Amino acid sequence: MEVLVILVPLALGLGLSGLLGFLWSLKSRQYDDLDGAAWRAIADDEP
Amino acid sequence: MQAVRDFSHYVKDVGSGLSHIDLAVEGVSCAGCMSKIERGLSAIPEVTLARVNLTDRRLALEWRQGAFDPGRFIDLLAELGYKAYPFETETAEAAEAEQSRFLLRCLGVAAFATMNVMMLSVPVWSGNISDMMPEQRDFFHWLSALVALPAAAYAGQPFFRSAYQALRSRNVNMDVPISVGVVLALGMSLVETIHHAQHAYFDAAIMLLTFLLVGRYLDQNMRRRTRAVAGNLAALKAETATKFVSGGEIAQVPVAAIHPGDIILLRPGDRCAVDGTVIAGRSDIDQSLITGETLHVTATQGTAVYAGSVNISGALQVRVSAASEGTLLSELTRLLDNALQARSRYVRLADRASRFYAPVVHAAALLTMLGWALMGASWHDAVVTAISVLIITCPCALGLAIPTVQTVASGAMFRAGVLLNSGDAIERLAEIDRIIFDKTGTLTLAELDVVNSASIPPEIFELAGQLALSSTHPVAAAVARASKVTSPLAGVVEEPGQGVHVLISGEEVRLGRPSFCGADRLANEILIRDPEVSVVALSRGDARYVFAVRQLLRDDAQAVIAALQTRGITVEIVSGDREPAVRAAAQSLGVGEWRAGVTPADKIARIEELKQQGFKVMMVGDGLNDAPALAAAHVSMSPISASHLSQATADLVFLGKALAPVLAAIDFSRKALQLMRQNLWLAVGYNFLAVPIAIAGFVTPLIAAVAMSGSSLLVMLNALRTRGVAHRRP
Repeated sequence: MEVLVILVPLALGLGLSGLLGFLWSLKSRQYDDLDGAAWRAIADDEP
Repeated sequence: MQAVRDFSHYVKDVGSGLSHIDLAVEGVSCAGCMSKIERGLSAIPEVTLARVNLTDRRLALEWRQGAFDPGRFIDLLAELGYKAYPFETETAEAAEAEQSRFLLRCLGVAAFATMNVMMLSVPVWSGNISDMMPEQRDFFHWLSALVALPAAAYAGQPFFRSAYQALRSRNVNMDVPISVGVVLALGMSLVETIHHAQHAYFDAAIMLLTFLLVGRYLDQNMRRRTRAVAGNLAALKAETATKFVSGGEIAQVPVAAIHPGDIILLRPGDRCAVDGTVIAGRSDIDQSLITGETLHVTATQGTAVYAGSVNISGALQVRVSAASEGTLLSELTRLLDNALQARSRYVRLADRASRFYAPVVHAAALLTMLGWALMGASWHDAVVTAISVLIITCPCALGLAIPTVQTVASGAMFRAGVLLNSGDAIERLAEIDRIIFDKTGTLTLAELDVVNSASIPPEIFELAGQLALSSTHPVAAAVARASKVTSPLAGVVEEPGQGVHVLISGEEVRLGRPSFCGADRLANEILIRDPEVSVVALSRGDARYVFAVRQLLRDDAQAVIAALQTRGITVEIVSGDREPAVRAAAQSLGVGEWRAGVTPADKIARIEELKQQGFKVMMVGDGLNDAPALAAAHVSMSPISASHLSQATADLVFLGKALAPVLAAIDFSRKALQLMRQNLWLAVGYNFLAVPIAIAGFVTPLIAAVAMSGSSLLVMLNALRTRGVAHRRP
């Protein structure tokens, strides 16, 4: 059961990094224009 | 005299030598438009930012200060094929957007905590029936507490705040039982964890918050989107005024930049955007938006003009007495205030449900505790069982029952061309059994149209349209619109107050007053047949033609009213216009009850009278004179062409030239109310099944989690059925 010492912090750490990523994306206003973002992903790069 | 456009009011200084402006852009609908606009504007070296928001149909621009006149951007966009208007974010919209972001942040935190607590809870559940050591279980419970407690404290804020506010005003809303349930579940779990007990409910509490936040966020987001569209439409209407800057110079400025005491110029065809007094000039003005009266009034020096009037014939100089916000007769303001106070007494379905629900479940929990104690169980066991009753009844499904239906219904209405102004409008709209329509601008279109186009040869119509394009007179504008021509003739001369004329291959063509064109006899024939029309004549050589112009009924008005009547709704017309006009409209629409020449106070009196008789009345109107009646009615609706105040007062606003959205809104709201009730019963039914298990003391955290998510999913799926309303076209 010693494996818990690694696994539990690892799982919580991963979850926390996901949460921080989400909060960062929210803060940088990536949720303000969901329709536009969907199209930008497939737009051609500028020549 | 060409006015300069002055957009400085909208330009913000964002520091480091940059200026910023937000534009609402019409017709941006795809990725192509987006990149076309962004590339087109970014190509200018001075522009540092050009970013389109496709969801809100807006464009944010930044450029080096002073390098560019913002008016140029609008010209550039017009060259690219897009109509753009400067845009100012309203405080209400900014607040909605902020609230929406806050809810999403809470949802993110709650969802993260739910996933991680679940990860810790599942081993405990399976360990309880296999071989988990008590120490391991305690360890997992502590970890769960570590994640769940701070997360719930943060993500529960929307509920705790609203519950606190309700309790402080000695009220109960749905957030009260939610908050009580969550706090008790977390508190009990913590105490149990300290005492090395077998069951902890951290997962149930935090999962409840996640589910409820999903509902809240979707609801809020829909409202924010509606507000953004409404904001754009307000900007596209572009309320501007021509202001005397200094001496004889004039500038086109947004209404927000006009102050009392300023002098503005009203040219023929202009719509007045402010209240004021005429100081020079003489003209006919159309005050139908204010009084409902379609006959024109003569304005001379000293006449008071109100926002919404249209200047018809001559130029007027007006001294502003009140600008955009304060523009209203004091009488209307007073009526409006009274009516708005009366309306705030409506209690929403969710709150009515929780008034009944909260005491029942809290009493059930108390009785459970006393019952177990009397039967000889220890106080600890009695309290734990009582709290498990509260956890299992925690109104997860109940809290979702209404917001989910509301979200789906407002989305469906949005696609049908109806914007919701107030959250509880759907419930109130579903209850109505009586509709009062205003006539001018509501049953009729706000714009004038040519009625006798069938009797005029097409080439003459086209010629008239080309001439009319050179005139600013509203009647001429109607002819130009109806003829659908887009290129004006060269060399057209305007005779003020008379009409326009031009030489075409040696032959004089005139468009204007019948007397100007020598067509008095023909015009009188038309006026005798239909005294409500306005006429404009065209002469070419010896030939004479007369166009009859009037406000037409909306195309589908008759069909919609018939459809409303088949749904058991009584329709009535109450208008400020004169009797013959109202009678004619009522007869052609098949409406039996109508009143003409009604003042704003009488409109309210009529609504009160119907209320006394037990009717639920909806008012549909657009004029300033309708605003108090809109507020007094059980629920109200305005077309998008309505005056600013009426739109702000109405619960719903509908778009477009058809009246069909009114019918669609009623259909959707009736279906939605039916599903809200059904959802509430589903939630109650679930409690009927679950509560006995909880009272008997058989609830484990696993059962609580399954029951809660199961009932929530059921309610959400049921809400989706709102979309499937079999909407019969009228």
